[in-house]
Amino acid sequence: MFYREAGIYKTSYAADQALFRIPLDRIFVIGLIAVAYVVVPMVGNQYWLGSILLPALILSIAALGLNILTGYCGQVSLGTGAFMAAGAYMAYKFATNVTWLPIPVVIVLGGLCAAAIGVAFGLPSLRIKGFYLAVTTLAAQFFLLWLFQKVPWFVNYSMSGVPTAPPREIFGVLVTGAEATPAARYIFVLTFAVILALIAANLVRGRIGRTWMAIRDMDIAAELIGIKPLNTKLSAFAVSSFYCGVAGALWSFCYINTVESSAFDIFRSFMILFMVIVGGLGSVMGSFLGAFFIFLLPIALNNAATTFGLPIATETITHIEFMVFGGLIVFFLIVEPHGLARLWQIAKEKLRLWPFPY
Amino acid sequence: MSEFWFFLEVLLSGMFAGTMYALVALGFVLIFKASGVFNFAQGTMVLFAALCFVGFLEMGLPIAVAGIISIGIMIAWAFAVERLVLRHLVNQAPIILFMATIGISFFLEGFGEFIWGGDVHPLDIGIPNGAWFVGPEGVMLIDQFDLSAAVIAGVLVLSLALFFHYTRIGRALRAVADDHQAALSVGIPLNRIWVIVWSVAGFVALVAGIIWGSRLGVQFALSIVALKALPVLILGGFTSVPGAIIGGLIIGTGEKMAEIYGAPAMESLVTALSGTDSVSLGGVEEWFAYVIAMFFLLFRPQGLFGERIIERV
Repeated sequence: MFYREAGIYKTSYAADQALFRIPLDRIFVIGLIAVAYVVVPMVGNQYWLGSILLPALILSIAALGLNILTGYCGQVSLGTGAFMAAGAYMAYKFATNVTWLPIPVVIVLGGLCAAAIGVAFGLPSLRIKGFYLAVTTLAAQFFLLWLFQKVPWFVNYSMSGVPTAPPREIFGVLVTGAEATPAARYIFVLTFAVILALIAANLVRGRIGRTWMAIRDMDIAAELIGIKPLNTKLSAFAVSSFYCGVAGALWSFCYINTVESSAFDIFRSFMILFMVIVGGLGSVMGSFLGAFFIFLLPIALNNAATTFGLPIATETITHIEFMVFGGLIVFFLIVEPHGLARLWQIAKEKLRLWPFPY
Repeated sequence: MSEFWFFLEVLLSGMFAGTMYALVALGFVLIFKASGVFNFAQGTMVLFAALCFVGFLEMGLPIAVAGIISIGIMIAWAFAVERLVLRHLVNQAPIILFMATIGISFFLEGFGEFIWGGDVHPLDIGIPNGAWFVGPEGVMLIDQFDLSAAVIAGVLVLSLALFFHYTRIGRALRAVADDHQAALSVGIPLNRIWVIVWSVAGFVALVAGIIWGSRLGVQFALSIVALKALPVLILGGFTSVPGAIIGGLIIGTGEKMAEIYGAPAMESLVTALSGTDSVSLGGVEEWFAYVIAMFFLLFRPQGLFGERIIERV
């Protein structure tokens, strides 16, 4: 009743090819973005903006990146954390050595460096696939983190090896570093998330996205109809690593305020893979749903334990968290392999018929 | 001359380390051969089995009883995995199964720590722990523990090979590995075979876990080290038991060599390039295995002894 596709006529090619072809969808997304920009910073307090929404948004960007690679192009990667680290460290180098660069440019440059590294580690994907590839991406994970940890050049020969992110402003408002207000950082990250999500949504429905999906569905058949595996796979690696790099740079600059490799360990890579699976492989919306779900779940578990006054040690909660994560992954793969995004779609279909299902 | 002996010592200790990886990799190969599932959870199973074993020992049970109960738990685990996970994922893409085993791995890690706690448990079941000094004036050191571990690994591999070759179940396992459908059509129960193979992998995991645990203490942080079995595996080829052993030896020696000889060389290179000193590049071991495996796969995607990959549209 509320959500309908019937009776919406498209009278031009532009309308037929629009990103949101149904007015309700468009209104919903624009409304959501408007709420995120205007209402949330006004209502949200320091804790919600700085410690929940901000990291969840950054992880959404990373999940979006992995979803492009795994969900759309079918190449499983366990090295997401390393590409995030590459973005963070290179952005730090740019920010400290070329101080006049505006901060968004710095973060995009960090992402571009991550993309270049991603292409280098994506090269094996031309010869190997499936879990063989997953294992070789572990090489990126361990090698890059070791490199950033051991070579002091990456941290400008800082004594501690864990430098703080330099404070930078846009239009006179601090957006990075520890002194920036959570609201400013939140808006900054939100802008990145919105722009990158729009780019991703348009990429995947265009020519590039279709070649990715063709390679994912059957690479030999795709090659036979004239899709070059080299360009397609490497472009997926490049775009994916760019997203992860931007996410890593934002994580270091806006959330933890330090540049350290322990933030990007293999556990992070798995977390992001879980976000993609739970959210929905091959869905932009799903990346956001998955990231919020997986990030908020442990917090919710913790809060549930304290609200109900259960005498559970924090350590036990971590263990339960692991069990819940593992169980959820298996559950989603069995019951709903398309993840939360598919549930969302089902909800929309139900709404279309509600309240008079036939 | 003593340099040569030192080299030999590094070589040997690398090979022993390799047999430890091979022990974990063996479990992967078993499951992959019989069910085509790339079982990411094998490393966690190793630690879970060891943790159960240690847990029972700490309760005061004798070694044999603790071992039998642990094997029982691993068999129960195999049943649970088959019933609750694998059965529902038949006919899914291999990569979906792979991701499911990542989920299983997380669950098992949480479950194990939930029951037994996250502390490091020391384990001592009487594996000799001294050292022999050989060579002229005893310059070379052989760790007795490493040697016993290698012997245990060898016995395990040999008995598995015999089991596969001469028993009825072993033949059924090989049939399933060759062709699921053909095996089903001659009346081999696929589900039971899966349970058996996961149980055998659980047993291998227990042995590996006991050896690893005696060496390093039983704790789940070891699952990162157990991940090293993956490059061992792709180097040897997924489907080959000897491949797992040889892959383990190559990786084990390679990374010891890289750590002892490669890291100082790289340090001097970096120092020469950047003009700074005090660069320490230790810890090459952490990533070397993966990088070797990556380069290796570029040239031989099916691994050393793997079956040739043939693809059809």
